[in-house]
Amino acid sequence: MNVKKLTSLSLAVALAMILSFVESQIPPFVAVPGVKIGLSNIVTVFLLYTYGWREAGCVSFIRVILSSLLFGSFASLMYSFCGAALSFAVMLFLIKVRIFSVIGVSVAGGVFHNAGQIVCACIVMENAGISSYLPPLIISGVVAGIAVGILSGIVSQKLKGKI
Amino acid sequence: MNKKIIKDLLLITVLLSLGIFAFLIIESGREEGACVKVTVGGELVCEYSLSEDGEYLLNGGTNLLIISDGKAFIKDADCPDGLCINQGKISLSGERIVCLPNRVMIEVIGDDGIFIN
Repeated sequence: MNVKKLTSLSLAVALAMILSFVESQIPPFVAVPGVKIGLSNIVTVFLLYTYGWREAGCVSFIRVILSSLLFGSFASLMYSFCGAALSFAVMLFLIKVRIFSVIGVSVAGGVFHNAGQIVCACIVMENAGISSYLPPLIISGVVAGIAVGILSGIVSQKLKGKI
Repeated sequence: MNKKIIKDLLLITVLLSLGIFAFLIIESGREEGACVKVTVGGELVCEYSLSEDGEYLLNGGTNLLIISDGKAFIKDADCPDGLCINQGKISLSGERIVCLPNRVMIEVIGDDGIFIN
């Protein structure tokens, strides 16, 4: 890997961590656990389109671990990892099959990120009833995904050829 | 690009419909609750009847459960997000309040002891 790419990806990790942290400081607007905008997904989506799954995967993985170690707990690491992993897999698949634009991909990413966290919560609490939180999480995942998708599109356009 | 946006809108509509539909199904299946089940980390700790008012400290004091007027809610908790305090009052079968950081959950059970989500 050349120095330029190494630097760019390191910046991406730092940016994703900052976005994740800033977001965690916003007071929750609904009392449903797991509802968030997912701003750091902008970085993941951008990298998926600009570089590829290896780079996006690495940055995402490192960000999840560092963010949880620095600002969260082992529990938050588990939820974060499950959500990010499922979301990543789904987004990668959708990009490969080329059905949706970046917005559709982000929407799916947002929904499956929340779904992954719910599955993790069901396992941690040993109760499948936690899935009753899915409806608000699907809806918030869609809305967040639209926002992230639009922002990722803008970022990709502005940074075209520069990164 | 335009064709993809149409498919995006389709996806969004399908997902939103799914979410709303699932929500309506879950909510319509609810009945009057009889008691509240408290689990910590998945293990049943105790049950309280909704018909008796009371204040209970759960999980060694991390969460404060109040039952009053046939409804249960969390009044206080030491978790960092405090979402459990804002999850409102529950009284119908299958409704639940979850405190993920403390792994505490209170869940309403109906008269027959069996509930569908």
